[in-house]
Amino acid sequence: MKPAPFAYHRPRSLAEALDMLADLGEEAKVLAGGQSLVPLMSMRLASPAHLVDLNQVPGLATVDVGAEGVRVGALARHSQVEHDTASYDALPLLRQALRQVAHPTIRNRGTTVGSLVHGDPAAEMPAVLMLLDGSVTLNDVNGTRDVAATAFFKGPMETDLRPGELAVGASFRRPPPGSGSAFVEVSRRHGDYAMCGVGALVTASEGALSAARVCLVGVGTRPVLLDLAPALGDGVVDDEASAALVDAAIDPETDIHATADYRRHLAHVLVRRALAEARTAAEARAA
Amino acid sequence: MTLFGERVPRVEDARLVTGEGRFLDDLGQDALEAAFVRSPHAHARIVDIDVTDALDVEGLVAIYTHEDLEGRAAEPLPLLIPHPTLTHGRTPYALAKDEVNHVGEAVVMVVAGDRYAAEDVCDRIRVDYHLLPPVVGIEASRGGGRLVHDDVPGNVAAVMVQETGDADAAVDAAPRSLELDLAIERSASTPLEGKGVVARWDADDRSLLVHTSTQTSTSVRQAIAAKLELPVDRVEVVTPDVGGGFGVKIVHPWPEEVLVPWAARRLGRPVKWTEDRREHFVSSAHERGQLHHVRVGYDDGGRLLGLSVRFWHDNGAYTPYGLIVPIITSTQLLGPYKVGAYRVEFTSLYTNTVMVTPYRGAGRPQGCFVMERVMDAIAADLHLDRTVVRERNFIQADEMPYDQGLVFQDGRPLIYDSGDFPATMARLKDLVGWDDFPAFRDRARAEGRRVGIGLACYVEGTGVGPYEGGHIRVETDGTVVVSTGLTSQGQGHQTMLAQIVADELGVPFERIRVTTGDTRRFKYAVGTFASRTAVMSGSAVALTARLVREKALGIAAQALEADPGDLEIVDGHVRVKGAGGGTVSQVDLGAVAVLANPLRYAFDEAAGRATQFAAPADPDVAPVGPGEAPGLEATGYYSPTRSTFANGMHAVVVETDPDTAEVRILRYCVVHDCGTIINPMVVEGQIHGGVAQGVGGALYERIEYDSDGQLLNASFMDFLMPYATEVPTVEIDHLVTPSPLNPLGVKGAGEAGVIPGSAAIAAAIEDAEGITLTRMPISPSELFHLRKERLVEPVETTEGHT
Amino acid sequence: MRETVRVSLTVNGSPRDLDVEPRRLLSDALRHDLRLTGTHVGCEHGVCGACTVLVDGTPMRSCLLFAVSLDGASVTTVEGCRAPDGGLGPVQQAFHECHALQCGFCTPGFVTTVTAYLAEHADPSAADAREAIAGNLCRCTGYQNIVAAVQRAAELSQGRPSGAADPASGASQ
Repeated sequence: MKPAPFAYHRPRSLAEALDMLADLGEEAKVLAGGQSLVPLMSMRLASPAHLVDLNQVPGLATVDVGAEGVRVGALARHSQVEHDTASYDALPLLRQALRQVAHPTIRNRGTTVGSLVHGDPAAEMPAVLMLLDGSVTLNDVNGTRDVAATAFFKGPMETDLRPGELAVGASFRRPPPGSGSAFVEVSRRHGDYAMCGVGALVTASEGALSAARVCLVGVGTRPVLLDLAPALGDGVVDDEASAALVDAAIDPETDIHATADYRRHLAHVLVRRALAEARTAAEARAA
Repeated sequence: MTLFGERVPRVEDARLVTGEGRFLDDLGQDALEAAFVRSPHAHARIVDIDVTDALDVEGLVAIYTHEDLEGRAAEPLPLLIPHPTLTHGRTPYALAKDEVNHVGEAVVMVVAGDRYAAEDVCDRIRVDYHLLPPVVGIEASRGGGRLVHDDVPGNVAAVMVQETGDADAAVDAAPRSLELDLAIERSASTPLEGKGVVARWDADDRSLLVHTSTQTSTSVRQAIAAKLELPVDRVEVVTPDVGGGFGVKIVHPWPEEVLVPWAARRLGRPVKWTEDRREHFVSSAHERGQLHHVRVGYDDGGRLLGLSVRFWHDNGAYTPYGLIVPIITSTQLLGPYKVGAYRVEFTSLYTNTVMVTPYRGAGRPQGCFVMERVMDAIAADLHLDRTVVRERNFIQADEMPYDQGLVFQDGRPLIYDSGDFPATMARLKDLVGWDDFPAFRDRARAEGRRVGIGLACYVEGTGVGPYEGGHIRVETDGTVVVSTGLTSQGQGHQTMLAQIVADELGVPFERIRVTTGDTRRFKYAVGTFASRTAVMSGSAVALTARLVREKALGIAAQALEADPGDLEIVDGHVRVKGAGGGTVSQVDLGAVAVLANPLRYAFDEAAGRATQFAAPADPDVAPVGPGEAPGLEATGYYSPTRSTFANGMHAVVVETDPDTAEVRILRYCVVHDCGTIINPMVVEGQIHGGVAQGVGGALYERIEYDSDGQLLNASFMDFLMPYATEVPTVEIDHLVTPSPLNPLGVKGAGEAGVIPGSAAIAAAIEDAEGITLTRMPISPSELFHLRKERLVEPVETTEGHT
Repeated sequence: MRETVRVSLTVNGSPRDLDVEPRRLLSDALRHDLRLTGTHVGCEHGVCGACTVLVDGTPMRSCLLFAVSLDGASVTTVEGCRAPDGGLGPVQQAFHECHALQCGFCTPGFVTTVTAYLAEHADPSAADAREAIAGNLCRCTGYQNIVAAVQRAAELSQGRPSGAADPASGASQ
């Protein structure tokens, strides 16, 4: 299990990195944390001809908290985001989800933006980006574009990133006041990819929910974002109506760890749990 | 003070915690490295191998296929354990010849400058296969519609029957009876270090030095000598630190253990192969997969009258290790019980999957699962407490030794030597609080929680023969050098054996150096398996130490002008009993060692004392008398008439999530009887590790093949070995009933922890859920489906046969 | 000739320059170029944790890092976790005392992980200790005594007497 040879490029600036990516096109892969890429390369399931290593590019290991939300740079490690106090205060969902991403040692190297670009439909951070109306900023030599989360994730391991582009950052938007969030999942072992995971974001005012959204992972080819507004009545989510929405939105598959039926069942259980936790969190934040 | 029975910290640790251990891949830094092209297909004929594209890879040294092998190296690997009923034993070639029979079978060997280059070469070799229909799983195999080996009808390697009395008649005549179908799925040993081999050929000396990560260096040595057609004395095999074995490394010679030395000789350069994780999954060995059909007859009190078991064992593509696993299932299934008339028949079947050889427990977890499920089913049928049914069937302490009337895996009678099963059960009930559980369940229920309790009992034949030996030499500086031939994989053998020698010989623990698994040091051994080291090498080393002691007393008696019977050895000094520590009345063992070797030449100062003019000697006595040997050393062996039987009982409390069907173990209690305990710390460590593997086997680990014979989870991502977060705290109590069979009274402890895991956990889940479990492991997804079906196919009960 | 790249690392406090192929995993560079074979490779896909080393003080999987990518970094391996006087470091000593290892193959990854953990968590509970080691696989010990060793190492690191961590006690939940 050793990677095939590749040509190594170590840009010292963002501009240099973009030039390289423009030159190399589809032949190149970007190395940031590498926690998903390197094992694929060691198994020779991925054998890029060129690897552009971002790790010496300055200015990308950033976590910025502003009025709009939290912006994470391409080299911000999961653990950096997870432990960033200002980010937690602004968007607790980041930490709630990150704590369930693999194990701390992986989070010490793996990057949040890298996880988004990897586009695993069982991964947590794409769901968080969707729930928080986030976007990914893609640069190439010609300029920059922001792609909304809803448009960025296209399928399993497939995103809107084009050859020559670099995901330089991701923005997670601050929800309205009175919001609360939660991320719950069931995995075979602690730290494994979830058989099903659910992030929830609700807005509550004086005990009544005015908005409720969930995003499910592991039950479709991409994260499944669901606005539960149609199931909201009298400030509570109607379980039956919500379940119908969930049922219609997800399309889980069977694998060696769980059947599609079980995943569907988990989706219902976890949506209820995530909503309850998010509501409690909203109330706690209001208090 | 004696060290036997003490929690002596391990001498192995200092090097291992600092990174100074030497595991296989730490060696041979100068060696060429090998990699293999392995079959991507479960069953295929090799049509063509094209290496053209690979020839210009930088670093390439050699590419070998079966055509390159010569002589006995080109023949199939040995069938290690023949048995008369193994009528259709089949073993692989070191490199596949014409046909591959499982994904991962080695087809081409590549040697290159390093592993990276070797894998580059493998990538560019094209093998053209003609696909054959694969046979995967017991159901597919026993149909016999498709064959794994053309010349093995029905895919049947062996059918074996053992019986005592007429079991079927007993079941038919019993007041009550049950039939059950029970299954255990495939798992694997999965040591954290894979296999590996480094070979150095010395062309001048015409000798081979091989390091291999094995559980038996002595037998690997014999096998390599045979395969490479070398005199045995031209081959030495050394086992370095081994990163776990758990059974898989007892098999030998692995193809690589033949090919790497073969290539090293051919190339005249050191060659190394370090197995990677993916290779380990697809090309080493698995275990556990068996289907069982049980008929049991019993009376209205739950006492067994007859037991008839038929089972099917998936032996994978080859049978180099014979029938050991199913033989153990068929005999150890009986556990601590008197079952009345017993009949067991198994069929060992070929499939196009990785071969099956022992994994810690070796057939016992399956047997235990079967027997304990039967006990629980009887208890359910009769509405009896599950411990009561067991107690009514226990062999009693005063019935020991107890002959079960069968032939065990060592070819010897299955006679339990000692044990007190009712006492073990009493302790377990105390430890787990069996009688208080209903109250706990009620409280939990009131909180909306589901909890359950289960238990399982086992008897484990340990210390299997034929023999082990030891060599002990006292150096002239007083250092005591101990060697035994079997190998170590982390069990603390160096510490345990040093404890024994320290006590037997009367020397300080710190002066003892123990070597295992190095054929340069000790050439006669069997290997490390079947929880046998403490029993076999422990006893051998104790007996050897007694020989050395006797010799030391004899020599010292002359020096001290005393009667040997008046002497003792304390703290490395021979002295007259009760004489205290005066220099006149004592002599240190180093000096005795000097005197033990009469010399002509004084190569150092100490040696001078043994030369011919150093001291007056009796002119009529030969310096080395008849039947004596120079040196303060001895070699001894221990060979028991039969195995010694340890036993234990586990109880588990689980909580199941009513919504997600996740299973959490709240408590895991073990009562364990392995006879006399040499080092409780080490024994507890063995139990801890076994329990973790038992938990893994019950809830997480399962080797998954698809119907094409592709292994779906050949990685640690998907083969779910438990992390710390999945293993409960283990509570242990010991009972000690010494074995009468060996000088130390010990029984094996290495495998015990794993045996009842699936049985006890299944029972606890069943108790929590009210759903009958008949196959393990179980995942939350499967429990969810069982709940959905509520397939409480009430175990078929027939009342009377009037 | 295979292309190599110069990498400068500080390994266990000593500056080391290496010319490595870009694809060379840090685990292989440590083990086979620097001959620091204490770092073990158990899976080469980042799951088992045996290869864990500290990069600038932070635990990372050395099998998931290309050595070239770490130019300028400081790497600590299990060999670097000794006490300043060359004796056993506190985590190493605790593993010995608590019988927290059997075959020892996974141990280096635990020692590095726990060393970093204790630098930030002075007094872990048993539950904390279990969580701290949750990303490392051990096939021998069932983790029982490793949990105890984490707590014992915390005591040793701070010169506290033995007490909280007793490997012999199997406390029930």
